[in-house]
Amino acid sequence: MENIVKQIIDKYGSDSNRLMDILIDIQEEFGYISRKAIELMALTLGISQVDVEQVITFYHFLSVKPRGKYAIYLNNSVVSYMFGRQAIKEAFEKEVGTTFGKVTDDGLIGLFDTACIGMNDQEPAAIINNKVFTRLTPYRVREIVRHMREGRELEELSNESYGDGKNQHPELKAMVSSNIRRKGMILSDDYKTGKVVQSILPEMSPEAVIAEIKHSHIRGRGGAGFPTGFKWEFCRRAKGEKHYVVCNADEGEPGTFKDRVILTEKPELVFEGMAVAGYAIGGEEGILYLRYEYRYMKDYLESVLDKMREQNFLGSKIGEIEGFDFDIRIQFGAGAYVCGEESALLESLEGKRGEPRDKPPFPVEKGYLNFPTIINNVETFATAVRIIEKGGEWFTQFGTEDSTGTKILSISGDCMFPGVYEVNWGFNVEDMLDMVGAYDVQAVQVGGPSGTLIAKDEFHRTLGYSDLSTGGSMIIFGKQRNLLKEVVLNFMEFFIDESCGSCSTCRNMPQVMHNKLLKIINGKGVKKDLTDLKEWGKILLASRCGLGQTAGNPIISSLKNFHHLYEDLIQKDKEFDEGFDLTASVKESCKFVGRVPNFNHH
Amino acid sequence: MSKPILATTSLAGCFGCHMSILDIDERILTLIELVEFNKSPVDDIKTFTKPVDIGIIEGGCCNSENVEVLRSFRKNCKILISLGECAIMGGLPALRNGIPIEECLHEAYIGGPTVQLNTDHILPNDDELPMLLDRVYPCHEIVKIDYFLPGCPPRADLIWDALVALITGDPLKLPYEVVKFD
Amino acid sequence: MSNLIKFKIDGVECMAEAGTYIIEAAKKNGVYIPTLCNMPNLKPKGSCRICTVKINGRLMTSCTTPVADGMEIESTSAEISELRKSIIELLFVSGNHFCPSCEKSGNCELQALGYLYQMMVPRFPFDFPVKGIDASSPKIIKDQNRCILCKRCIKSIKDAEDRSFFAFRGRGNHLEVVLDAELASTMTDAQAEEAMRNCPVGSIIVKEKGFAIPIGKRKFDHNPIGSNVKV
Repeated sequence: MENIVKQIIDKYGSDSNRLMDILIDIQEEFGYISRKAIELMALTLGISQVDVEQVITFYHFLSVKPRGKYAIYLNNSVVSYMFGRQAIKEAFEKEVGTTFGKVTDDGLIGLFDTACIGMNDQEPAAIINNKVFTRLTPYRVREIVRHMREGRELEELSNESYGDGKNQHPELKAMVSSNIRRKGMILSDDYKTGKVVQSILPEMSPEAVIAEIKHSHIRGRGGAGFPTGFKWEFCRRAKGEKHYVVCNADEGEPGTFKDRVILTEKPELVFEGMAVAGYAIGGEEGILYLRYEYRYMKDYLESVLDKMREQNFLGSKIGEIEGFDFDIRIQFGAGAYVCGEESALLESLEGKRGEPRDKPPFPVEKGYLNFPTIINNVETFATAVRIIEKGGEWFTQFGTEDSTGTKILSISGDCMFPGVYEVNWGFNVEDMLDMVGAYDVQAVQVGGPSGTLIAKDEFHRTLGYSDLSTGGSMIIFGKQRNLLKEVVLNFMEFFIDESCGSCSTCRNMPQVMHNKLLKIINGKGVKKDLTDLKEWGKILLASRCGLGQTAGNPIISSLKNFHHLYEDLIQKDKEFDEGFDLTASVKESCKFVGRVPNFNHH
Repeated sequence: MSKPILATTSLAGCFGCHMSILDIDERILTLIELVEFNKSPVDDIKTFTKPVDIGIIEGGCCNSENVEVLRSFRKNCKILISLGECAIMGGLPALRNGIPIEECLHEAYIGGPTVQLNTDHILPNDDELPMLLDRVYPCHEIVKIDYFLPGCPPRADLIWDALVALITGDPLKLPYEVVKFD
Repeated sequence: MSNLIKFKIDGVECMAEAGTYIIEAAKKNGVYIPTLCNMPNLKPKGSCRICTVKINGRLMTSCTTPVADGMEIESTSAEISELRKSIIELLFVSGNHFCPSCEKSGNCELQALGYLYQMMVPRFPFDFPVKGIDASSPKIIKDQNRCILCKRCIKSIKDAEDRSFFAFRGRGNHLEVVLDAELASTMTDAQAEEAMRNCPVGSIIVKEKGFAIPIGKRKFDHNPIGSNVKV
């Protein structure tokens, strides 16, 4: 074991900035990270053992305890529940003979919950040793577990035919469906890879590239909506020996999966976009930060990069342009929603816990390893290629004045045709629902749990940065759903699990709000609880990053748009009820001392 | 106008807060002029005999009797005050919160180092005894409490100033040194 | 002192060197902004959020934001005071802070802020989380019940090779600050003392020594926290 760990550390040049890669390799090699391995890393990297452990314990997919020869991670997002997760969970527990959070005594199978794995259009889904298993049924669960017991290889477990499109690629072989339902400039097939870097960039200066991007008025597709051209310009101007291009492929917002589809079907467009950005800011290195849930794409994406290098779309002197050297490597996260926040992502890239940084300084000034860095979403890079190909002016004809271009939506939940839809900005919710075959809709979660839950009276609103802003996640809830119990509570649990814990506010407040919501759901709520929730939610605004600031949104937004659901649950005849239940609270002690509870004495 | 009526009790507390009431020294003579005591260990009246204006609660709730007394205070008093850390946040009795009830009882009656005579390992379970709660609760998590006076014990000056302010309606001044949590 | 710039805190004109963090700049102008995680000479990491101020309508932490020329900072408005008070209360309910039995009582910065903001009772329900006490190291006791995860010990207590004695473990509301078992055995008396001193609460206690100064004669028993800053 020692030798293998040493080899892994060596492979990454004993560089503590690559600790994440080292830990992931060790985890995959042994199924966990042992005390001995921690000692070796600490010794070799010159840090204390607790410093190694603090990184391990931050990430969901890293563990100091064995996770089993087969580690099963079953998605616990709301849509998974809507499509039968409970039955799948029970089937797994029954077949495997242990409960979630545990590993079988023989060390063969471990069962674990995990947050949204980007498969909302084909739930319930699970990740087993980096392979994705979608559309699970109790029968499939029994079969999978039986095959594990028979000692079959992982490949044999997925006996379904592979998914559609490039999911059938020999390096990918995923059972995932891309579910592309509507194509636009990004998902269409009318672009030939390399056209921009080989035929257009030679005619353009980096400044001209930035000018064109600015002219297009494109704003970041990840959700925050910062104007991309300005970001590139700031970074180009920032002084530094090196400049970095980072692609944020940590799509962790529950309900979003469009980056999965872009990276499966159009990875060349993303990588070329990164090269264009490298050219514009004067950077030679690009990093794709890919969420660990998409580890199954690793070999395929590496093969795409290799092919692009062969064609001189990456590498040195790209497009015969003197000095245009640019290459890309892929680095993985290990299960942490907060790493989608750009500065937390940078920390993770540097082999640390993914705790967001204080701003200023912004990444364009001090980013990866303190060098000026741009971080853009997968979709933004892909779009940039089309902008440079056809011009900023051309781009502005799509969408609206303040939200130009197209947006790829991940639509899931109660509808006939879940999947990805590339639409022009300015689409309204009503049209969207009709497009996907969603009837009897009660609510739409726009932009994921950190976004807004809207009701019918707001379905006339349009998608765009000045109205309903979204990174792409749209989850539809039909009339039959219990919004507070099934949806809002689940979202709050998500934020509790995913807080990095660094800020006092985000570490504690979501739990406090969750408990109060639970009290209301249990019929113990009073009017004051509603005003409390509203007031207390504001405290989260003092958190450092977007996760913390929006961690109360599921409650805040449902309280605003579905107030009647709360009103229906609270006790009208009481002003005070903190939820204390005398009968319940004496039950345990009475049982232990052997007496029947008696409330009638005195 | 008749004198305001006062009631006090100690739930899961150590009577230290009541000692601190007595610590107002000679002002106690003025207090007797200002108020009439009803149910309280101070005058040993065991049950409420009339509606009370101000109820003072020492201690949190660790058993069913505490809850019962606290609820009767809420029913019979216009204003309720949580006096001291135990009433406010459970205090030292709440150190058991988080420890399983079985462990607590085992430590107290069977396995603890000071348990010597209980050779039959009897756990108290007479029907007349109060029943232990799953944890110690601050009073305001059971009934509505109107005012809170922190301290372990609350300083006598704080108790005095608060009572006078309540009775006279004058604004309460809180000098830095009277509000302490220890 | 070159490069002096002007800014305002709650309408009062102040001056400081450009690039100084607001919390330090305020201090130099006799204005106290409370904090539980910041310490002079350590890289700030706005984690307690208590020093939050409002600038141009935005909430910012004053320990991580440098002053800029013409900046107008709001620090004692009702909104900010209420926010700070609620964060203090949140810290009280999310740990197990039994002041009467804590060796740090009277010297505790969390408690002192409770006094400063006149916290009579936290507005949030007490959580009573189950937390442990690590007494395995020869020099100190690490009591997780009282830890507010400010990171001061992590950042300030290092060995000769710049390795951290303390580090985070876990995340979210399971986050803890733990002590490296191996390094703990090499901790000197001076390091242990410093760790205890830097801890704003009673989470790090040096063994075999307690209550050297009696209650009633401690740092914040008579003087509010921050009173040394006032000019």
